[in-house]
This record gives sequence, C-alpha cells and structure tokens, in this order.
Amino acid sequence: MSTSTVSSSAPSSPLTAAVEQPTFGEAVSNYVTKVRGGDMGSLPALLALVVLIFAFIALRPQTFPSALNFANLFQQGAVISTISMGIVFVLLIGEIDLSAGFTSGLAGSTMAILLLNHGWAWYLAVLAGVVAGAIVGLWNGFLVAKVGIPSFIATLAAFLALQGAVLLIISNGGNVPVHDKVILAIENKNLPVIWGWALGVLAVLAYAAGSLNTWASRRRNGLLAVPLGLVVVKIVVLAAFVLGAVALLSQERSRTTFVSIKGVPIVVPIIVVLALLLGFVLTRTAFGRHIYAVGGNAEATRRAGIPVARVRIACFIICSTMAAIAGIFAASRATSVDPNAGGSNTLLYAVGAAVIGGTSLFGGKGRVIDALIGGAVIAVIDNGMGLLGYSAGVKYIVTGAVLAAAAAVDALSRRRARATGRV
Amino acid sequence: MTDPATHAPDLVPPPTLEVRGGLKNFGAVHALRGVDLVARPGEVTALVGDNGAGKSTLIKCIAGIYAFDAGEVLFEGQPAHIADPSKANELGIEVVYQDLALCDNLDIVHNMFLGRELKKGIRLDESTMERQAAEVLASLSVRTVRSIRQHVASLSGGQRQTVAIARAVLWNSKLVILDEPTAALGVAQTEQVLQLVRRLADAGLAVVLVSHNMNDVFEVADSISVLYLGQTAAQLRAADTTRAQIIELITSGSQESGGPVTVPPAPGTAAAKLDTKNGSTQA
Repeated sequence: MSTSTVSSSAPSSPLTAAVEQPTFGEAVSNYVTKVRGGDMGSLPALLALVVLIFAFIALRPQTFPSALNFANLFQQGAVISTISMGIVFVLLIGEIDLSAGFTSGLAGSTMAILLLNHGWAWYLAVLAGVVAGAIVGLWNGFLVAKVGIPSFIATLAAFLALQGAVLLIISNGGNVPVHDKVILAIENKNLPVIWGWALGVLAVLAYAAGSLNTWASRRRNGLLAVPLGLVVVKIVVLAAFVLGAVALLSQERSRTTFVSIKGVPIVVPIIVVLALLLGFVLTRTAFGRHIYAVGGNAEATRRAGIPVARVRIACFIICSTMAAIAGIFAASRATSVDPNAGGSNTLLYAVGAAVIGGTSLFGGKGRVIDALIGGAVIAVIDNGMGLLGYSAGVKYIVTGAVLAAAAAVDALSRRRARATGRV
Repeated sequence: MTDPATHAPDLVPPPTLEVRGGLKNFGAVHALRGVDLVARPGEVTALVGDNGAGKSTLIKCIAGIYAFDAGEVLFEGQPAHIADPSKANELGIEVVYQDLALCDNLDIVHNMFLGRELKKGIRLDESTMERQAAEVLASLSVRTVRSIRQHVASLSGGQRQTVAIARAVLWNSKLVILDEPTAALGVAQTEQVLQLVRRLADAGLAVVLVSHNMNDVFEVADSISVLYLGQTAAQLRAADTTRAQIIELITSGSQESGGPVTVPPAPGTAAAKLDTKNGSTQA
C-alpha cells in the first residue's frame, strides 16, 4: 500500500500517518527519552568500555594499545563472549544456566580425547563435542520446562555432574594435549591480511546494503522509518570500527624478525558469523519473537498458542551448544584440556558479560550483541589489569564490582522503566 | 422452533453461538447447572451475575479451556464440540481475558500477531504485519495510540485493552468474548473501550461482554443474560428491561416485583427455559 492511500483512507490517524516521518533530531531526542526512561540497553557498558580503554591507554601507553595486545584481547575474550552469547538466550526467558562453563569443558575434553586417543578427524571430533553440549542443553531444558525444577537448581546439578564427567573423561589429574593443526589455528593463527580486509569491507558493505534496504522498504510501505541520517551515521560508525580494527590487526605484531604475525585472528570471523546467526534467529524469526514473549509473559505466550516448554528447551540447547563451541575455542587457545576446563571463573564471567552488556536477569530484554560488548569489557579489565601488574585476586574483585554495578544498573533501570511505563 | 418474523427486527441468521443446558461440575461443586446463552451476530450480549455465578466458568467452557459435562453448543446453527482453545480459535472464537495476556516487552504489532506471525520464508514479514495491525486499529477508529511500534508496557490501561481487543478482531473472528474489559479503567478509558465494543458488534461480530457494571451493560448491550448460582436466570432484551429488574435477577435469580413478562431475544429458547426454571417464583 502506498503512502498516499494510507493517508487518504485515515487522514487523522497517527497510526497510519506514515507521511510524518521523524526527523534526525526527533529520532535522537526519542532515544534520549528512552534512555532517561530506563531503557539503557548497552549504553552503560559502551561507556564503561570507552572509559576503561582510555584509562589503560593512559596508564600503559606502551603495551595496552599495541597491535599485539589488541589481537590478544580478541583471543582472550573469544571464549567468554561465545558462552555469553548462549547465556543471553536463557536469560531472555528468565532462566539461568550455571552448567555452561563445564559444558564447554565437556565439549573440549570430548573433542581432545577423540582427537588424541581415537584418531578422529578434527571435524568429527568437533561435531561430537558440540553434540555433547547440545545433549546437556536438552537435559537441562527438560528438567526446567517439563519437570519444573527451577533452572538455578537443575543447572547446578548439571554443573556438579559435568565437572565429574570432565574428570572422568580426562581420567584424574591428566592433561590432554591438542595437536590438531586446524583446531590450534582457531585461536592461534590469523587470516592473511588481504582476507581480513576483504571480509571487513564485505561486512561493512553487507550491513550498509541491508540497513538501507530495510529503510527503503519501510518508506515504500508507508511505515515509520528511522531518519536516513541516522542510518548513515550507524553505517559510518560501524565502518570506522570494523576497518579500524582490521587496520590495527593487520600490523606486524611479532617481536622478532624471524616470524611474521599479522592479520585478523581466525576466531574473530567465526564469532562474528555466530553472532549474526544468533542475532538473526532472535530478531528476524518467529521463534526469536517467541523467546522474548516467553521472557515477557509466559502465560500470555501460552494463551497465544505458543508451545512454551519447547521454546524453553530450545533456549537451553542453544546455550549449551554455544558453550560447547566455546569449549573448542578454549582447547585451541590452551593447546590442551585439563580437568578444570570451563571451571573457575568461566561461567561467572560469561553470565557477567551478558549482564554487563545490558541483558536483563529478569528475562525478556537482551540482545546477542550485549554478550560481545560485555565480553569486551571483561576482557579489557582482565587484560589491562594484568598489564598493570595486579594479581588475579585484584582482577576478580574489580570484575565482581563491575558485575555488581551492571546488575544494579539492570535492577534500577527496570524500576525506573516501571515507573515510566517501559519495561 | 424459532419464529423470526415476530421478534427479530430484520432477517435473522442463526445465532453465532448458542449454549443449551450447559453443565459443568468440578468434583462435588456444580459450577454450571444448566446454562443457556444466545449470542447473535451484530449484537452485544452482556453476561452478568454475582461473584461465583459461573460467568468465568461459562466463558472458559466456550473458549475450550474446560469442556461442558453436558449440554449442547451450537456454533452458527451447527452442533460444535469445543475440545480445546485451538478448536475455539478455528471456529472464530476469540477471548480477551481480564488479565489481558499481553507481553509488556513486545510492541503492539508483535503482540497482535503473537503466535500467528506472518512470515516471508523463515523471516518475519514485519512490513505486512505492521500495515495490517495499523489497518485493524484504524478500522476500529483507534486514534489514541502514538505509534504501533511502542512497547505495550508504555500504554495506558485503556490502550492495552484496545490492543487486546484489536488482536482478537485481527483474525476474522466471529465471536469475541470480553471478560470485564473495563474493570480496571477510568471513566474516559471505559468510554473508549465501550465504544470499541459497540463498533465490534456494528461490524457484524457477535460480542459477549462479561461485566459487573450495570452502566456499561446498559450502555452497549442489546441482550442481557443473567446467571444466578450456575443457572441462567433469564436472557432479556436490554431495551425492554430496567436496571432494577436485572439487579433483582442477579441477586435473587428471579423477578419478584412482577413487571412486564420478559421478552426473550428469540422465543422458544431462553423464554421457554426461563418459564420452566422460574415458574414457581414467577407466580
């Protein structure tokens, strides 16, 4: 339907008055209103990220902003961010998965044993690890959605059991090395510089084409669209960020002249693809819409005829599958799997990343990108404080404080949102 | 058995919904002990009764959440067995529950299409959904909503009720059941919702309005069905009834004060039952 037909059929209805497109200024002021109303999204995390980066650059101008350290950040953040992207799905339905850390350990150790002791091809071993993760998710989802155990307890049980499973697979105190070149390459090798540039440019062009196309089709259909200026600003910001990162990662970062280390780490495009895939599922498909609906009002979702239990189980499977993929990244990075793989702070960092990024612990609000932004915050704290020479103890305390702050922002913005009628 | 010539204003299609002798027990509790209800297309049928009279149970049976233990249900003149909510939706029965059943964290379009999203391949067809939602709201003359892309959480009670009703209308429904749609609303918003209810009926839908509020009932209803202790006390034409008569029926199940003999919506259905049930007290 064209704009003119809409406006002529119901000229005074604001609903169909598609001709009144918001201006750039209005769109910006709408956003400010939204933020003031308590719907802050990733804004606090992005601000924190910028502050932290500048603080560490100021404190360690030689090491922190170096190309070597920048690449390091991506490789350090990869595992946490990947688990965290899965965690977003269970947080969205108002649940939690405490077993995600050891699910990654299970997948890593399964893969490593199959590679080392059984001589499996890398892709079969990876598949086995990922399937093991998916089964854990199915089990967790079944206990929560069908049996009705609170997810905190159901996944705590899985947390304990999986810790045992990893011990048994690795057979007490051992350490399974990973020799497979493909697996090791994920976290330790880089794309050729030219590929990095090609992928970066391609990504920017694809984003620009996609967002301009959406904008044009909304205008064509007589629907409210964000102002073109804002679309262009977003494209420019993304292009600057992506191409800037590629440029930095394309610099020579080897400390010796014997080997050359440059290019985008291989794990980066893998994570980008995973994020795009999950983001697509969440925002563009009916299933994704149902996930938000379950998190918002499970009873209303049930009355709308949506199989709520199936949506819940699917979210747990997605979470565990992502954790399993992260387990493979972790094995690649450590070049081995030990019995504590996926233990200690892995899970808490992953949950923390999602929450710091702006995903609500109360369900119904969150995005995949939150996990990446929050993961970046945690990686920067970890990395920067390491460069400053602080011990692990201090790092944990600071990360804990940041998580508490993020959860407080979530809870307070929720209260404010209720007061101003936005949830 | 009906004789349309005498009572109906013009050509009378079969009632959209007719319940005859509906019975429902929960163990030893007889929630419904013989309920009759007629809902005609183009009319608002008010369903009134005191707390515990069985209004909620009745609409849940019609919506397929419970099943009648005995009795007959006719949908558009045909016997219907409404085994579950999806069957009710298939027939074209939509219920707008008292507690709304909207997701606060989704926008108006998403709520209206929840569970029945339009798709292009595997992708959601946002443009078409948004346009259809806007058209339905416009067709109901809803002009109070700023943007249909705002979250439902930011709407007022009346606007939320409007969205819930519009959602029911979106699906070519034939019978819309509204459970106390104005219970939590202020004066102006109540007025808006009642006007909307009237427009639904004027558009040819059969509307069942469950309400406690006599003002609401007399403002929009064409026909009033009174439940008393799980039984239908009477179903009367609103135009031929006074508020006092209805209140008496609600509180005592019969009309002691005499008055003119009630005129049922269609002879032979409610009237006949009314006589048999209340014969002793009527005299």
